[in-house]
Amino acid sequence: MILAGVDGDRAWRLQDYLARGGYSALKKIISEKIPPEAIIAELKTAVLRGRGGAGFPTGLKWSFMPRSFPGDKYLACNSDEGEPGTFKDRDILRYNPHSVIEGMTIAAYAMGCARGYNYIHGEIFEIYQRFEEALEEARAANLLGADILGSGFSFDLFAHHGYGAYICGEETALLESIEGKKGQPRFKPPFPASYGLYGKPTTINNTETFASVPFIINMGGEAFLNLGKPNNGGMKLFSVSGHVNRPGNYEIPLGTPFSELLEMAGGMRGGRKLKAVIPGGSSSPVLPADVMMSCTMDYDSISKAGSMLGSGAVIVMDETTCMVKALERLSYFYFEESCGQCTPCREGTGWLYRVVHRIENGLGRADDLDLLNSVTGNIMGRTICALGDAASMPVQSFIKHFGGEFQYHIENKKCLVSPEVQYEGSQIYVSPSC
Amino acid sequence: MLEIEIDGQQIQVPDGSTVMDAAAKIGSYIPHFCYHKKLSIAANCRMCLVQVEKAPKPLPACATPVTNGMKVWTHSESAVKAQKGVMEFLLINHPLDCPICDQGGECQLQDLAVGYGGSQSRYQEEKRVVLNKNLGSLVATDMTRCINCTRCVRFTTEIAGEMELGQAFRGEHAEIMPFVEKTVDSELSGNIIDLCPVGALTSKPFRFAARTWELSRRKSVSPHDSLGANLIVQTKHDVVKRVLPLENEAINECWLSDKDRFSYEALNSAERLQRPQIKQGGEWREVDWQTALEFAANGLRGIAQQHGGQGLGALLSPHATVEELYLGQKLMRGLGTDNVDFRLRQTDFRADGRRSGAPWLGMPIAGVGELDRLLVIGSFLRKDAPLLAQRVRQAAKRGLQVGVVGPTAEEWLLPVRSRMVVPPSGMVSALGQLVRALSEQKSVVVSEAFVSSLPAAVSEEASTLARLVGSGERVAIWLGNLAVQHSQAAELEALACEIGRLSGGRAGVIGEAANSVGGYLAGAVPSGTGLNAKGMIDSPRKGYVLLAAEPDLDFADAPRTQAALQSAEIVVSLSAFDSPALRESADVLLPIAPFSETSGTFVNCEGRAQSFNAVAKPLGECRPGWKVLRVLGTLLGLNDFAYEDSEAVSKAALGADYTRKLAGGETFHVAEAASVTDSGAGLERVADVPIYFADPVVRRSAPLQKTKDAAVPVARLSPATLAQLGVSSGERVRVGQGSGTVELVAAADETLAAGCVRIAAAHRTTAALGALSGRLSVERA
Repeated sequence: MILAGVDGDRAWRLQDYLARGGYSALKKIISEKIPPEAIIAELKTAVLRGRGGAGFPTGLKWSFMPRSFPGDKYLACNSDEGEPGTFKDRDILRYNPHSVIEGMTIAAYAMGCARGYNYIHGEIFEIYQRFEEALEEARAANLLGADILGSGFSFDLFAHHGYGAYICGEETALLESIEGKKGQPRFKPPFPASYGLYGKPTTINNTETFASVPFIINMGGEAFLNLGKPNNGGMKLFSVSGHVNRPGNYEIPLGTPFSELLEMAGGMRGGRKLKAVIPGGSSSPVLPADVMMSCTMDYDSISKAGSMLGSGAVIVMDETTCMVKALERLSYFYFEESCGQCTPCREGTGWLYRVVHRIENGLGRADDLDLLNSVTGNIMGRTICALGDAASMPVQSFIKHFGGEFQYHIENKKCLVSPEVQYEGSQIYVSPSC
Repeated sequence: MLEIEIDGQQIQVPDGSTVMDAAAKIGSYIPHFCYHKKLSIAANCRMCLVQVEKAPKPLPACATPVTNGMKVWTHSESAVKAQKGVMEFLLINHPLDCPICDQGGECQLQDLAVGYGGSQSRYQEEKRVVLNKNLGSLVATDMTRCINCTRCVRFTTEIAGEMELGQAFRGEHAEIMPFVEKTVDSELSGNIIDLCPVGALTSKPFRFAARTWELSRRKSVSPHDSLGANLIVQTKHDVVKRVLPLENEAINECWLSDKDRFSYEALNSAERLQRPQIKQGGEWREVDWQTALEFAANGLRGIAQQHGGQGLGALLSPHATVEELYLGQKLMRGLGTDNVDFRLRQTDFRADGRRSGAPWLGMPIAGVGELDRLLVIGSFLRKDAPLLAQRVRQAAKRGLQVGVVGPTAEEWLLPVRSRMVVPPSGMVSALGQLVRALSEQKSVVVSEAFVSSLPAAVSEEASTLARLVGSGERVAIWLGNLAVQHSQAAELEALACEIGRLSGGRAGVIGEAANSVGGYLAGAVPSGTGLNAKGMIDSPRKGYVLLAAEPDLDFADAPRTQAALQSAEIVVSLSAFDSPALRESADVLLPIAPFSETSGTFVNCEGRAQSFNAVAKPLGECRPGWKVLRVLGTLLGLNDFAYEDSEAVSKAALGADYTRKLAGGETFHVAEAASVTDSGAGLERVADVPIYFADPVVRRSAPLQKTKDAAVPVARLSPATLAQLGVSSGERVRVGQGSGTVELVAAADETLAAGCVRIAAAHRTTAALGALSGRLSVERA
């Protein structure tokens, strides 16, 4: 859908997008004078769930915006894709930026926003430049700016290039960052819908969410919903990485069995056995192979299995993976990316990393697993934003599903998976001591 | 109102309350670190997590708004579990070095760790170390102890008005620090010491001086600015070790200015006078009290007998207590003279006898929060009255609009909506224009007396400013120190009162010292034919009584004051401090106690009399000033000097209802012309009295003298004036005023009105210049 027909160097250009039927949704709204309420109703019918990770129904979110608010209202697109394993939004911006611009313009129309920002992750420069160019094209064609296509509706959209902090993907930290402040989440309530950018009502959605909107308008909510399965409308991009033969982005209907997705990705590298999958980006709980193979790729099925669909970043690990080492790397990421604002996360993420690091390096203690579980318990639900939970869930799930491997590490001061096997799988040399 | 059940108690709280507010209402203490009632909510420490019905996880009490029908448990099992979890995180990287920490014994982290911390740590990894920061001479840092609550950051940003601290870096590497190569230079910086819930920010002067539990806590009142901040003075073995704020919502709230907080360092300065001394044959010698008092009494009596009481004059400090001022004037009147004054830096006294009472702020200090318009005339508000400026800053956030008239647009760290930057000589005209504009805008007739003297034209700025002042419902007009010390202070005050009348507001005076109001109430001003402070210098007396004032630093015109004193036959000086200039002028030095060693009373700018007791025994042979004056009165055979205690003196001084002696702010008219007119050639002097030079105590506080505010005065000129003179910033210039000449460094000051030179007074390097206003010459040195 979003990535359909985007082959070639010029696919991202306005002309190509128009040729693919782009901006027809916007034009339809304008020519048929579709009222904002109808657009939101259509989204609700479509059950478009937020593609950024939380899976919150988009139509409901849009309906939270106070319609009668007298002053400025803002729209923000979260393209600060920083979750390890996730690389879908940058491909949307790379190959189909106008779908995001069109989706945001429709959203702005539906919610009465006069100004929007697309917050683009700080480590992708070319894509930021390209998006700026796409904006210029849209402005030149009067698809953005004052009095869009003579409709009387005006919407200014700007690109905002971040500096690469993971925390700025948290929506209120993102707003702080746009305001020019240090990217630190705000405590909620108040929520952005009432007190967002510059203190004004603001709606923030993920890039893929916005990119899906034109399709819903064109095909109708019902048809979009039917692409997926009940309560999980539409298609979704999955970023498959890890020990597969063809890692990459795959746009498939929600509800597709995981086994099919794995097959699309070329199957397991070297025909090895699947060991575990992180189904929704690094912060979602890991699932063992057998659980994962029985899942379908949608919000409800993955949630029922004890994890989250998240952003749709599927990290595939085969039998050559040392789960302690994998967790160590994840924990280091959250330790480094904690913003430092609130106590449990600032202090706890470092603690988690150090203990896992110790276990990995043969210095584990008998009570370390209990300690890890207790510390994660003290972080989860006690922090300002979800980073504390994100740092804790991998630890809890790794221990839950692969506790034996951790235990082995602590007792034998070395990996259950031998360094030679690890090297074979990852081509990364692992010290024999671990 | 909202209904909430908290810890089983059903109460009602106003809309917008948080769970923390509700808990405070029922007296239930929720542990917290980052929350502070005067600061914005940060919700970052997570210590105040409580259990809320239907909430899936514990919520921070400080940031959770009460909703109707909410049920909260602040000490339930799940709440305490969350609180203990947070406490563990706070402690894992904390050095736990309480035995060598100055905060020990008054540390929020230490106290709460007793209730919520474990007996031993589960954290076996390496702890974090954070390098210390140099925040200046007042605040010491031990940043490894910091728990990143950001109270200090929020204080500098929100209360002091300038973000001087911030949290840099992320995650575990987060650190509180000042901007690169900067220190914290706010005049309110000491409050971050109180705010810091751990030992990360402690008092540098107090560092390792005592353990807090060894200190006696005694109440006192600040002897410095006109606010009269309430103090807790802490002493050990009769030595003042530290000063903290005594919370008083009506005056200083929970804050102190650095001047109030750190001036105590002067109390045991080497320059304290400890024994009476007399000068005979040009030689000083220490004598016993009896000898000194008799010497003083004989000297004064001799003058009175030879030249009549008129030969005497008394110059009393506005920082002296009501008791001292009252007995000082009573002594002079007993000796048959009315020559007594405490307004030592003032030069225009024509308003005397025209007001309905003592000039004062005209409103309660706490009333600042309710104002919607404020006009400040001729003031260095931020440095002259830091906590009053702080109130204005907070009120401005709630919609108070501030207008300013004066020779400088210096930074006050608060929004000034409209201003007229005019040289001192243009201020009367500026206010005249405001009166004219206001009367036209509001269609109110100007008082008869002003009609003929108002300027014919109204400038654009005056018109804008008048609209601001005239559009309010609760309006105040404040006269600052520069206006009071102005050579046409009477006109300025009269016009301010008229502006008050026209705008429906009220004019008042900020006041320069702790007893700027009290001096009037104590009668330390001339009545009838008596000479005022200026008169006593212009026509020198044969004998003087000098109370707590330094001849070279505390007067409007230091060289003339010193000349007058030196030409006298006898100068009796009661002073807590010694100085070369004092020795040159005085013949008897009577060591009196500073505020910490005597009981007394100050009447602050809002007309509130605040009495205090001594917090320490007098140093050496010092005696409280009021007792010395009492003995002098008795020795001189004067009636009614047998007061039992200082309370009896203040009762006699203030009477039953002293507030009736405060001026009503009515418009008055000055008929006679000013004795000095600010016309003529040359540049105009603008003189501020810098915050840490203002009185004999603060001048001797070593840590305050190391701050940026105590830098050696420079000659500040507008860039245009500098260019005209062909001088560039940083060059030395020779400044001449009257017969005095000094050499100073020139500095560009864009905030200054053209044609002005701003040179600080009350400093030895500028004392030779004399008058605080007037014309001077500047040339390249």
